[in-house]
Amino acid sequence: MATKASRSSARLMISPAVILLLGWMLVPLCMTVYFSFLYYNLLQPGTTSFAGWDNYYWFITDPSFTEAIKNTLFLVGGVLFITTIGGLGAALLLDKPMFGQGLIRIMVIAPFFVMPTVSALVWKNMFMNPVNGIFGQIVTGFGFPPIDFFGQYPLASITFIVSWMWLPFATLILLTALQSLDQDQLEAAEMDGASWLNRFWYIMLPHLARAITVVILIQTIFLLSVFAEILVTTNGGPGTATTNLTYLIYVSSLLQFDVGMGSAGGVIAIILANIVAIFLMRMIGKNLDA
Amino acid sequence: MGRIQLKDVQKTFGNVEVIPPLNLEIEDGEFVVFVGPSGCGKSTLLRLIAGLEDTTSGNIEIDDIDATDLPPAKRSLAMVFQSYALYPHMSVRKNIAFPMKMAKIDLETQNTKVEAAAKSLNLTDYLDRKPGQLSGGQRQRVAIGRAIVREPAAFLFDEPLSNLDAALRVGMRLEIMDLHKKLETTMIYVTHDQVEAMTMADKIVVLQDGRIEQVGSPLELYHTPKNKFVAGFIGSPKMNLIEGIEAKKLNASTIGIRPEHIKMSKTEGLWKGTVGVAEHLGSDTFIHIHNTGLLEMMTVRISGDVQVKHGEAIYLTPEKNKIHCFDAVGDRIL
Amino acid sequence: MARSISKKSKIINTLVAGFIGFLMFFPILWIVVLSFKTEENAIRAPLEILFSSGWTMESFQTVQARSDYLKHFSNSVIISLGSTALALIVAVPAAWSMAFVPSRHTKNVLMWMLSTKMLPPVGVLVPIYLLFRDFDLLDTRFGLTIVLMLINLPIIIWMLYTYFKEIPGEILEAARMDGASLREEIIYVLTPMAIPGIASTVLLNIILAWNEAFWTINLTAAKAAPLTAFITSYSSPEGLFYAKLSAASIMAIAPILIMGWFSQKQLVRGLTFGAVK
Repeated sequence: MATKASRSSARLMISPAVILLLGWMLVPLCMTVYFSFLYYNLLQPGTTSFAGWDNYYWFITDPSFTEAIKNTLFLVGGVLFITTIGGLGAALLLDKPMFGQGLIRIMVIAPFFVMPTVSALVWKNMFMNPVNGIFGQIVTGFGFPPIDFFGQYPLASITFIVSWMWLPFATLILLTALQSLDQDQLEAAEMDGASWLNRFWYIMLPHLARAITVVILIQTIFLLSVFAEILVTTNGGPGTATTNLTYLIYVSSLLQFDVGMGSAGGVIAIILANIVAIFLMRMIGKNLDA
Repeated sequence: MGRIQLKDVQKTFGNVEVIPPLNLEIEDGEFVVFVGPSGCGKSTLLRLIAGLEDTTSGNIEIDDIDATDLPPAKRSLAMVFQSYALYPHMSVRKNIAFPMKMAKIDLETQNTKVEAAAKSLNLTDYLDRKPGQLSGGQRQRVAIGRAIVREPAAFLFDEPLSNLDAALRVGMRLEIMDLHKKLETTMIYVTHDQVEAMTMADKIVVLQDGRIEQVGSPLELYHTPKNKFVAGFIGSPKMNLIEGIEAKKLNASTIGIRPEHIKMSKTEGLWKGTVGVAEHLGSDTFIHIHNTGLLEMMTVRISGDVQVKHGEAIYLTPEKNKIHCFDAVGDRIL
Repeated sequence: MARSISKKSKIINTLVAGFIGFLMFFPILWIVVLSFKTEENAIRAPLEILFSSGWTMESFQTVQARSDYLKHFSNSVIISLGSTALALIVAVPAAWSMAFVPSRHTKNVLMWMLSTKMLPPVGVLVPIYLLFRDFDLLDTRFGLTIVLMLINLPIIIWMLYTYFKEIPGEILEAARMDGASLREEIIYVLTPMAIPGIASTVLLNIILAWNEAFWTINLTAAKAAPLTAFITSYSSPEGLFYAKLSAASIMAIAPILIMGWFSQKQLVRGLTFGAVK
């Protein structure tokens, strides 16, 4: 199938994609790195000069940076925890025989398809609002004081919302992986006297280990970039209580117009994401050979 | 029409030389079978002729025109694939008509030819069905129909019967041979099944590791195999190949005798052994003999049903003039 | 598995799973309900809302009457479809060549393409913003379409690649033997067989583009903002008008919910990059 003629046309056909993606990656990336070494503020156009490592130094030593890293870890870790465990549970449940499985699946999957700005707003205003939101109304109905979710626990609230959005993703992936498990193995184990817990621990979980890892890696990459939910609910506040790394860079770049600082932050974000990406790429690479 | 010559054709995949420089002449109208074990390069050779792979070096001539650099479409060849490779989204009619559509032949001629091909292949009732609705044998015939309407210089068959069940295979074999008689077009047929090779071919090309071991008519290969490999490959069950003292007696490194050329007796003979497993086919029986001292297991064919008991002592005598002698390298000693 | 499952356990499973499904789906259900209520009714206690207040279409009408809502809706449509169409033009040939004429670099190229999707957008926010500003692309649908095409291109190429690989190579070879040129091979044989795969990819990509909420917010203002950005204006104080928020939200998410129904399998295929089968 691979003849001289088809090989040269193949190279031609792949070049637009390669050129576009190469450009998309290299050009902005180089610019970001370049800017990170400059004093460059859009509000003070004439005063651009070389900054050396200053931007990086100021970015990292700023207390909001540590706060942002902590928040990012909380957000990503929290969502991973909830979605992995919840997703596992939901997958195990949905794998069982039941009536109306198709419908129930759709209900569980639906949140992933709601745009993040809508999710965040609906949760914040219609559910978590202490006065008019459903949670508040139900709790008041029983005579208890309502919780001001976004007032008292803003980061946790955002974590909850993001978890709601990503739980379907984890569920779908784990369910797909679960359904590829050979039923014969489980039956053999049952004949060997294994209880459900044993079968879960010794057979299902190892089989799912790979899928769980993929879920964690892919979600991490996307969760590092959570933005819209924060913008729409708290704008990073109060103070920097809900600012993650992405939001911090956004503030620096587009609100404070400090291009140099924002670029330094951007480089740091890229490095962090790359670390996760390397692991993910290895897993993908292994499967591509299969 | 249909004369194909391979001149020093060589094929390398990466660092591996799959086909060392090979020469072959195929005459117009011949039914040539490429046969050999898995991985011997027979399919690769076919694909080189088809133009689906490029030669690393060497020339392929079709009707004295150098086709080495021509794409498959321009070589005037038609191929029937092992998996039939029918277009699943097109009806049988459209499948068969496709080559003509590519050749920009007018619709009326297309229809006439499709009808004609369908009639000769018993597909007229299925013209409007899709491949998914056909049986294996029917799909095979559609693939053949698609090849026929191209009116090629030669037909290329890549193990076309491997996916069919045994009974169907025998029937299709005969149909393909009939087709050859009718069309008188060159056919190159690849198979790993030496029975197909023997029954269908005018000329057999036995391949091993990309090299031609022998080219000849089926009976030539049967009676005078050029080396141990061909001797052991052609003929079923396999020829008994014996080394050691018996071979030295005839000044050879190895001697071979076919199961059907050994006489068996309960009372006397040249070699002695014990009866092992017997395979009763009804018309023939193949008996496996152990403890001859010559060969781990010797196979003997006797016609009909002869009563021998497992473990019984038995005597064997080979037909003197049917013994093949091979030297240390494995080549035939004349 | 030929084992009869007791009806009883099936019912229990259905109830438990149904309950979980209901909980997950509830917010969406709730905004559907609220979108049909008046503003005063929308802020009463939940049970009251459900059972004792009337149904009305007035929220939809109010939202619709704001002409800018329709404009933003059409922006979403244009950039989703546009970026998908542009991406297909580039992706189909690329996926074809990687699936059918692979070289020893193919795997690496594919993995590199996927890696570009893992770049955090915030890392290139500054240069893209500046480039857009300098080329007058800020707040244009065209600029946004280009960006969305670029960020989803890896996924589209990847998905098409996997679908193309599932087409038996022999059928394309047969076409070649039948006299088809490369062009004819792609038009008459490859594309018809790949249509289901292409359709799935298109569906998934429209969903991803429609819901994208970083570039669509940062690169647009009043003119080109799609629904993702527009909804942010409901942050406050508009957000406290529950019925209006619900109506606006439902109109924004309904098309995608429907498409999402059909794309579950594609989601797994497209977003796990084949690491899960």
